[in-house]
Amino acid sequence: MDTEISLRVDGAERRLTVDTRTTLLDALRERLGNTSPKKGCDHGQCGACTVLLDGRRANSCLALAVAHDGAEIVTAAGLAADGDLHPMQRSFIAHDAFQCGYCTPGQIVSAVAMLDEAANGWPSAVTFEAPDGSDGAVGTGPVDLATSPDEIRERMSGNLCRCAAYANIVPAIQEVAQS
Amino acid sequence: MRPFRYERATDPDGAVALLSRSPQAAFLGGGTNLVDLMKLDVARPDLLIDIRGAVSGVIEELPDGGVRIGAGVSNSDLAAEPLIRERYPVVAQAVLNGASTQLRNVATVGGNLLQRTRCLYFQDITTACNKRQPGSGCSAIDGHNRDLAILGTSPDCIATQPSDLAVALAAVDATVQTVGPDGSRGIPLTELHRLPGSEPQHDNVLAHGELITAVDLPPLAMAARSRYRKIRDRASYAFALVSVAAAIDVADGQVRDVRIALGGVAHKPWRARRAEDLLRGGPATEDRLRRAAEAELAEAQPQSDNAFKIPLARNAIVRTVLDLVEAER
Repeated sequence: MDTEISLRVDGAERRLTVDTRTTLLDALRERLGNTSPKKGCDHGQCGACTVLLDGRRANSCLALAVAHDGAEIVTAAGLAADGDLHPMQRSFIAHDAFQCGYCTPGQIVSAVAMLDEAANGWPSAVTFEAPDGSDGAVGTGPVDLATSPDEIRERMSGNLCRCAAYANIVPAIQEVAQS
Repeated sequence: MRPFRYERATDPDGAVALLSRSPQAAFLGGGTNLVDLMKLDVARPDLLIDIRGAVSGVIEELPDGGVRIGAGVSNSDLAAEPLIRERYPVVAQAVLNGASTQLRNVATVGGNLLQRTRCLYFQDITTACNKRQPGSGCSAIDGHNRDLAILGTSPDCIATQPSDLAVALAAVDATVQTVGPDGSRGIPLTELHRLPGSEPQHDNVLAHGELITAVDLPPLAMAARSRYRKIRDRASYAFALVSVAAAIDVADGQVRDVRIALGGVAHKPWRARRAEDLLRGGPATEDRLRRAAEAELAEAQPQSDNAFKIPLARNAIVRTVLDLVEAER
């Protein structure tokens, strides 16, 4: 069943007709020619398809395009405004935080969103594991990622890297968190 | 994926009316489980009714001191909410121990409670599964069952309920508010999910067309120092082998009240009432905790690959409650 929808993708207004079965990922890649989000598992398990959906990171492979008519989407390609790489993109290059690169756009979108989430005081499972065991007493202020690789690992656990570049991904993110 | 129609509901009654007319229709919340099951051809709705605009997306205090969580609240917003983190940390912790941020940003509270089992055979249409296709048999009983249930199983199904949130909500005596074809009702969370028995195709007691609109948390002072412990094969982003949600109120060395619920062990969040009863009125010692946990697990019936869950659940109960007791000293 075809439906006409509009999406704002990396700042550009796009109109398209989609079958109700079309995922946001397929709409972006196959219909709009934006191959920045990748199709890894196509089941919401690997994170390669991560985009910002109305400002929040989401797996575009599990989102039906028809259910997100009017949505604002930012892909990793859209993070590089006017061709200038985003600090997270530069840091991934500087730290050699990838091997094959297939998971990288998802990793970068996820990492950029994660910095916002921590700045807004969102806790993670690690935030609750205070060394004194006093969970429950978790503050609502910003969470410091720069000094906690465990926080970064937990918050990035929805992005898998089959090449296992994790050892460089964590420092790449940490450096941006510090700046 | 099979073809389907898509409609948006703008209020609960409209959503219920739409669904009730269509026996093969399904409500769509965040879709993080349903869309996946549709890709796998496990779920075959001919109509999706998007209810995100029909149910509340806010968290609010109730006049009795409790908290009401709209069914449309995202898992992320639930876990970040100061009211929840301060009064019911076990709930925030349980949510944050499930899935990934990408999934929690999209998944709703109502949908979290109604997600289907992750039993491998349920998700694989080439195998027999009584939950997916009643009467076809259970591939798990003689197959790979390491992840599956040890309590409340039946000869027809040994699936586990996968939600971490549901386990925490069972511990704090939450109530699920619904609207259905026969009106509205409140269902204690511990009675929302059912044991498989001879009808494992029914995960819960909701009627076709019944919509979860909110989850109410009662005022519960001891929940302010509650805890969720999840044991799994990797440190993050995996379903529970065993999990424990617990809260305890100790005064003068005696247990005045206690709440314990288990995840990863049954077709529903397993409220450990037998253990709770044994613990009340005596000291919260490691020895008493172990005996209470063993009594709770006395009727466990392990499968070929999951007998390890019995000592794991016992130890998880002891450690989780003891941590709470020690933190309170």
